[in-house]
Amino acid sequence: MLKSFRIGGVHPPGNKLSKGAGIVTMPVPETVVIPLSQHIGAPATAVVAKGDTVKVGQLIGKSAGFVSSNIHSSVSGTVTSIDPVVDGSGLRKPAITIRVEGDEWVDTIDRSDTLVRECTLTPSEIIARIADAGIVGMGGATFPTQVKLSVPQGKKAEFLILNGVECEPYLTADHRVLLEHGREVAVGADILCRALGVDKAYIGIEANKQDAIDYMEKVCADHPHLEVVPLKVKYPQGGEKQLIDAVLRRQVPSGALPIDVGAVVQNVGTALAVYEAVQKNKPLIERVVTVTGKSLDKPSNLKVRIGTSIRTLIDYCGGLPEDTGKVIGGGPMMGRAMANLDGPVTKGTSGVLLMRENQSLRPEAQVCIKCAKCVSVCPMGLEPYMLSKLGKHRMFAEMEPRHVTDCIECGSCAYTCPAALPLLDYIRLGKAEVMKMIRARKG
Amino acid sequence: MNEVLIFTIVTLCALGVLAAVILYFVAQKFKVYEDPRIDTVEGMLPGANCGGCGFPGCRGMADALVKQDDISNLYCPVGGQETMKSIASYLGKAAPEKEPQVAVVRCGGSCEKRPRTNTYNGAASCATIASLYGGETGCTFGCLGQGDCVSVCNFGAIRMNPATGLPEVDPDQCTACGACVKACPKGIIELRRKGVKNRGIYVSCVNKEKGGIARKSCTAACIGCGKCVKTCPFGAITLENNLAYIDSNKCRMCRKCVVECPTGAIIEVNFPPRPAKKDEGSNSPATPTDRTTQATPSTPAVKEEGATHQTTQA
Repeated sequence: MLKSFRIGGVHPPGNKLSKGAGIVTMPVPETVVIPLSQHIGAPATAVVAKGDTVKVGQLIGKSAGFVSSNIHSSVSGTVTSIDPVVDGSGLRKPAITIRVEGDEWVDTIDRSDTLVRECTLTPSEIIARIADAGIVGMGGATFPTQVKLSVPQGKKAEFLILNGVECEPYLTADHRVLLEHGREVAVGADILCRALGVDKAYIGIEANKQDAIDYMEKVCADHPHLEVVPLKVKYPQGGEKQLIDAVLRRQVPSGALPIDVGAVVQNVGTALAVYEAVQKNKPLIERVVTVTGKSLDKPSNLKVRIGTSIRTLIDYCGGLPEDTGKVIGGGPMMGRAMANLDGPVTKGTSGVLLMRENQSLRPEAQVCIKCAKCVSVCPMGLEPYMLSKLGKHRMFAEMEPRHVTDCIECGSCAYTCPAALPLLDYIRLGKAEVMKMIRARKG
Repeated sequence: MNEVLIFTIVTLCALGVLAAVILYFVAQKFKVYEDPRIDTVEGMLPGANCGGCGFPGCRGMADALVKQDDISNLYCPVGGQETMKSIASYLGKAAPEKEPQVAVVRCGGSCEKRPRTNTYNGAASCATIASLYGGETGCTFGCLGQGDCVSVCNFGAIRMNPATGLPEVDPDQCTACGACVKACPKGIIELRRKGVKNRGIYVSCVNKEKGGIARKSCTAACIGCGKCVKTCPFGAITLENNLAYIDSNKCRMCRKCVVECPTGAIIEVNFPPRPAKKDEGSNSPATPTDRTTQATPSTPAVKEEGATHQTTQA
């Protein structure tokens, strides 16, 4: 019997159209737009000026605070502007625009493919390198990795869990990373263990990726403290707290962090980035993005420079099909529809999903019939119907004691609702308002 | 049988008398004096419990009115000047002076002026849209059109106009309680001084983008050219972040800026029709009672990035 998390969950169709498509490196685009805020926390401060010449891997945005991240140039060329640019959500955000000239890398970056296993750095040196390289959680949450690795005093990490679950339908980026860069990921895991001072690491992979499980088991033979945990396919298993429950059978209490139960979860893409940063001195300047959709010519997994426009990616995979109704950044469950296709790929872009017109409109909302399906699927054990109703009537103060801040916004409730109610929309609104209230209270 | 009945009745009566005596003394001991004027003042207030005064309800306001010596900072927007005067004379305090206000929706981006770039398909709430993305049009500052302001209004003073997709305020119903101002996630609605006969002149735009970008997303956008600032004889207009703002306390309603505005972002409401100008026969005459009416100026060329090249008129 395969392991899985214990509360709730749904089973959306997998639709992993691009799982057989190997990672292809995209040609360098003509211009890139690199936003200064690609992570949770304070936006980075630009350290280049208009007209400056930059190389690949050069620091262009400096981390502005504890929870923040460095930003590096993903191309070589001339900075043409540091003005705000419209991103995928249609909002204008500060960004650095670079016109590409050639492909000249910073000298210190090791561009060879040879696997470097030995790492003799101390934990603090590793964390400093990760911070310098601007690495953030690549599963989509984009939380700065160095913050997650800095274990607060009085707490102790016991286990590292690598997240290779990829429970979002359609997405295959992590799957391909495991298959093609499994050895690097394993070394990355070793480095993360060293940084955390733990001697046991698990890598959770869902059973719909049998080839990845087999390959990683082979790789793990050389890494004695790394163990593959095959998991039953269930959404949202890739959620941090769900994965901890599935692998360790430990539940993170309400309001607590994974470190409180001794676990640190990192995405496999992050582990690869950590390997490249620590062993090859390469900052986070490119990532694997799944470009997929049922009407797309070639669903692919592309290695893309950060800042490439989403439209370039779609054109590379055969162009925007005429019947497209919606383009989603991320997967179908948690991703967000994009208002502007010229927005750039950021550190957190795991996928670009094209939905047909007939797939993209929500059915008309009916009234709630109190069937409690949303309650039974909520992986956090909340009452989505209630929270959503409170959110709709702006009764935010009453949402707080009902643990709205525990919501992981996975969308299982809205997915399962037979009345097609926009449950998550109102819950998310309430969560944001309650967070605001809590921050105001703390002063 | 009879004895039992009598015994029970007598015991219960004795208990009742005893309890009454105890309660009387307890009530005397723990008596909280409450000013009887609070009840009277509460009765004088409109009883809308809208929260427009800053207190949770009318009772809280009445309490503050009675207890504070200086009530100049307290004002009931629903009752208005008359209510405040009568309360002040009852309490023997100086009535706060405040001019009546009205909520004004500062967005003129109707459907034809601000074309849609995408379709929103989620929960019908402006706050939700604002938390997700920039909205259905190219303008990320303007009205989102889901009517959060309409649903919070306790007085039925605001409604959506299906033709323009924008909310409209009925100045006679509006009490300036400010509920819509708080509900609007884009901060479009503002409380402004109520003019004579509900007249008003204001910049119906909150777009802070540079002229070219603002104009591209909406033809009725303020492009920050600054012509109105130069035109205004009373110094009521300021220009900040590519956006003009008319101070309703300084504005004397001369309407010079309305004619001058090249995009029609400054609008006048409830004014009588202007006398027809000789040189502008071709343009359709304005119907000034319509709130979205713009004066049709002899369209000067729109300059991007703020028309600093315009010759000064002063």
